[in-house]
Amino acid sequence: MGYRKVAIVGAGITKFVRRAQETGPEMAYLASKMALDQAGLKLKDVEMITLGSAPDAFDGVHMKGEYLLSGAGGNNKPYIRNFVGGGTGVFAPIHGWIHVASGACDVCLVVCSEKMSSCHPHPQGAFLTIFDHTTEQPLKPTLIWIFALEMRRYMETYGLSKADVARVAVKNKNNALDHPSAQVAEAVTLEDVLNSEVLAEPVNRLDISPASDGAAAVVLASEDVAKRLTDKPVWIDGVGWNLDTSYWATKDLYYPRYVEKAARMAYEMAGITEPHKQIQVAEPYDPFDYKELHHMEGLLLCERGEAARLTAEGYTARSGNLPTCPSGGALGVGNPIAATGLMKVIEIFLQLREEAGKRQIPGKPRVGVAQAWGDLMQVGTVIVLRR
Amino acid sequence: MKERVAIVGIGVTGFFSVSPSLSFKELTYTAAVKAYEDAGLHPKDIDSFITASEDFMEGYSIFDEYVPDQMGAVMRPVQTVTADFLQALGIGWMMINTGRFRIIAVESHSKASNVKTLDEVKAFALDPVYIRPLKENSDFLAGLEMNRFLTETGNTEEQCAHVVVKNKANALKNPHAAHAAKLTVDDVLSSNPISHPLKELDAAKAADGAVMVVLASEKEAKALCKKPIWICGISWFSGQGNPWSRTFAYADYAQLAAQKAYKMAGISNPIKDLDFAEISDEYSYKELQHLESIGVARKGEAGFLTQSGATLADGIFPVNISGGLIGVGNTFEAAAGIMVYDAVMQLRHEAGMRQIPNACRGLVQSWRGVPTATGAVAILSNE
Amino acid sequence: MIINNVPMKGLTSEEYEKAIKISWKPQLQYAWDNGIGIGKYLASLKEGMILAAYCQKCGRIMLPARAFCEMCWRPTDRYVTVKDTGVVNTYAICHINWDASRLKPDEPRHIPAVIEIDGASQGQGILHILGNVEPSNVKIGMKVKAVWKPAAERTGSITDIRFFEPY
Repeated sequence: MGYRKVAIVGAGITKFVRRAQETGPEMAYLASKMALDQAGLKLKDVEMITLGSAPDAFDGVHMKGEYLLSGAGGNNKPYIRNFVGGGTGVFAPIHGWIHVASGACDVCLVVCSEKMSSCHPHPQGAFLTIFDHTTEQPLKPTLIWIFALEMRRYMETYGLSKADVARVAVKNKNNALDHPSAQVAEAVTLEDVLNSEVLAEPVNRLDISPASDGAAAVVLASEDVAKRLTDKPVWIDGVGWNLDTSYWATKDLYYPRYVEKAARMAYEMAGITEPHKQIQVAEPYDPFDYKELHHMEGLLLCERGEAARLTAEGYTARSGNLPTCPSGGALGVGNPIAATGLMKVIEIFLQLREEAGKRQIPGKPRVGVAQAWGDLMQVGTVIVLRR
Repeated sequence: MKERVAIVGIGVTGFFSVSPSLSFKELTYTAAVKAYEDAGLHPKDIDSFITASEDFMEGYSIFDEYVPDQMGAVMRPVQTVTADFLQALGIGWMMINTGRFRIIAVESHSKASNVKTLDEVKAFALDPVYIRPLKENSDFLAGLEMNRFLTETGNTEEQCAHVVVKNKANALKNPHAAHAAKLTVDDVLSSNPISHPLKELDAAKAADGAVMVVLASEKEAKALCKKPIWICGISWFSGQGNPWSRTFAYADYAQLAAQKAYKMAGISNPIKDLDFAEISDEYSYKELQHLESIGVARKGEAGFLTQSGATLADGIFPVNISGGLIGVGNTFEAAAGIMVYDAVMQLRHEAGMRQIPNACRGLVQSWRGVPTATGAVAILSNE
Repeated sequence: MIINNVPMKGLTSEEYEKAIKISWKPQLQYAWDNGIGIGKYLASLKEGMILAAYCQKCGRIMLPARAFCEMCWRPTDRYVTVKDTGVVNTYAICHINWDASRLKPDEPRHIPAVIEIDGASQGQGILHILGNVEPSNVKIGMKVKAVWKPAAERTGSITDIRFFEPY
C-alpha cells in the first residue's frame, strides 16, 4: 500500500516488581535509557516521544503524563501521552508508528511506565471508579466482578472446566522462569492453580496476574534510519485498534468482538489472510488466564471455543505450533498494565530477532502478533511485527 | 508526507458555567452531531476518532471507556490522548499523513462544573514529593511565574489587566462565551489577590462545553466542502517539566512549537503573515508571555502592544477575538478547541459580529495549564 | 542483543516499612449531571419501574434509557417501561471487597450478575446483585425478579432495587 515503513530498532525493560524503590519518572528513565543504548542512540537523536500509562489513580497524580515527562526524556521535545486503558501498552507503539509513518519524525521514543504500588490500600481501589458513576458504582463493584462474570460466561458457553482454563496460568508462569524481568515466575502445577484461594468464583488467585511496578520502552525509526542503525530491524507491518460500547452489560461477554475488529484492521494492513498459518508467535494479553484463550479466539488464531483444547495439547507451548506468551505473559512476568503490553511487543521483537535467549522459540519465526485489551471489556489493540 | 489536511467540519455546544440539563455524553453528542452535519458526514464515514481528556477532570479512573457512544464510534478505532485539544488535532493530522486514514474526528469537552473540588484536582497534578506537601493552591505557580515574568520583561500588572478587559469585552460579541463582561482596568487591578501579583480577574474561570472537529485529507476535503480550512503547520512541545527549573520570562514550549509550526507553514514574520491569533490566556500574563514567546512581540513589548490597542479586534493584530479563555471560559483540554472553532469561523468568513475583514491565515496557541510546560501551535489558512 | 540483566529492584516488606513515605489523601468530589436519558432512568427507578429507550430505526429497546441511539446516530423515539424481571446472563460469587480485602467467613458473599431484563431487546442487560439465594443454587439462565426498597426509601438510584431474587 506504500505506507512509510517503520521499524523497532531498540528495546528496554525494567524488572517487574511489587514495590519499586524508584519513582514513576525514574522507572521511565531506566527503560528509556536502555532502549536508546540498545539502539545506539542518544536522547538528542529522538525527535518525538509518546508515552503510555494506565490510570492516574495508580500514581495518585493528576495529569500523570506531565509528571512522567522528565523521566521519558520529554523536556524540550514534542511529547504526548496516549491512554486506552489496559490496551495502552500495545497502543503506545501504534502511536509511535503514527508519529514515524506520518513523516513527522524519523526517530520516536515509545515509553510505558506503570507504578501501581503507590495506590493504597491496594491498586485494586483505583478500579472502583471505572464503573459508571450513576448506574453501577452505587452497587460497590470491584474490578474482579467483571472478570468473574466474563470468565463464567466464556466457560459456560463452551462447557470448559476450571482446569481447561488454568493450564494457561501453568504454562505462562513456567515460561516466565526464563524472563529476567519476571516478578512471579513460579514452577506451578495445575493443582496449585486450582487449589489457590478463591477470590470471586470462578476466579482463583493464581488465575490472576499480580499488580506490579515496571517500565518498558522501544525506539521506532523510519526505514532509512533503521537500516543504518541495525541489520536486524523488526518492521511494524500492521496496526489495529477498536473500542466497543460503554454499555458493557448489553453485549455477550463470551467473545471479544472488539479484539477481532482490531485484529482484522491490523491483518488487512499486514496482508495477513490466514492468521493461524501466517503468524508464528503470539503474545495475547493475559491478565487472567481465560483472557489468553478469549484473545487467541478474538485474534482469529484458532476457531471459537478451541483455544483451551489447543492449550491442553501443547499447541501454544514454546515448542508448539503457535508459541503463545513465550515471555511468560502478564501471569508470569507481572502486570504493570501499560508496561506489560509493551513487554509483549518487546518479546515479539526479540523472538523475531532470535535474541530471546532461553525463551527463544525454534523455527526462525518471521511474523508475530502482540495484543492488549482494556477498559470495561471494550478495547482491543493489535500490532503485527515482521522480521 | 506532507499530505495537506483540512478541517471540514466543526461543532460546538455553547459554553456555560454550569450545564445541568445534559450529561457529558449528551453534551458531546450535541457537538458531534453539529460537526458531522457541518461536514456532511455520518460517523460511519469517519475512519478514526480521538478524544482529549484527563481522568480526574471526568471523575473516572479510565475515562476512555465512556467516549465511543456519543461520537457514533462504537466498535471503531478510538483513542484517548491525555493532552490538549491541539495535540489531539496533531495526532489526527499525523494519522492522515500516514496514508492509512482519510477522515478523523477529534473531540474534547469539559464538565468542570461537576468537579466539586476543582482546586484539589488541580493541586493533585503537582509533584507529589517536591511540591504538593507545601499545600499551596496550584495557582501559586502562576503567581511565581507572573512575578518573574513581569520583573524580567518590564511588562506591568496594568498591562495584564488590559488583556482581561479586552478579552472579556471581545466575548460580549461571542454568543458561545460564558464569562463575557464590560470591565475597566481598575476593576481588574482591584479584584481580590490570589497569589501576588495574580488577582482573581487575571485568571480564567471554568466552563462546561464540548467541541468536535472533523479532519480530512486534501482529496476528501476538496470533495466534501466548499471552504476547507487547511492546517498549514502544527506542532507541540513540552518545555522544562520540573517547575523549579523553568525560565519564567518566556514560555519555552510555545517558542519551540511556534518555530516549528512557522517553518511548516512558511511563515517568516508572524505579524505580517498572519491575520489574527487565538492565544492561551488562562491567566492574563500568559497572553503577553505567549505573544513574546511566539515572536509576535519582542521581549517586554507585548504589554505595550496590548495597551496601545494593537491586539483589539480592530487592531493591527487581533488577539483572542473569541474572548479567549478569560472571556469564553476555561474548558481545560477542550479550551484550544474553542479557539480552533473561532479561527475556523473567521477563516470561513462566518464569524458574524466578530468577523474581521479579509481573514486568510490565523494562529491558535495552547497551553495545558498549571503545573505543565506543555503547549501547541497550529497555523490555519483558508487557501 | 540478548537482555539478561534488567534494572530495578523491588523493596522487600521490611525495606518498604523502613522507607520514608509521603502520603496524600485527595479530596476528590464530583456531582455528575444526569442529563436527559439517565435523569429519566433514575426518576423511573424512584417510581419502582425500569425505563428503557426505544429507537424505531433499529427497533432496539435499550437499557439503561438513553437520549440517543449510538448505533443509528439519532435521538431515541420514546421511553418505555420494561418489566422488573429478567434472566441471569452470567454471575460471579465474590469473596473480596473493592480494596481486595477479604470478606469474613460469616459475611454474605456478593453475587454480582448481568441480568437481561424482560421486555428490553435481547441481550440488553444491566449489572446488579442477586440476593435471597444460596450461591451454589445460582445458574445462568435463572429467572429473577427485582426486590424494591419501599417507595418512601427510594431516592432515584440503582440501589432503589435492593437486589434481584429468583422467582
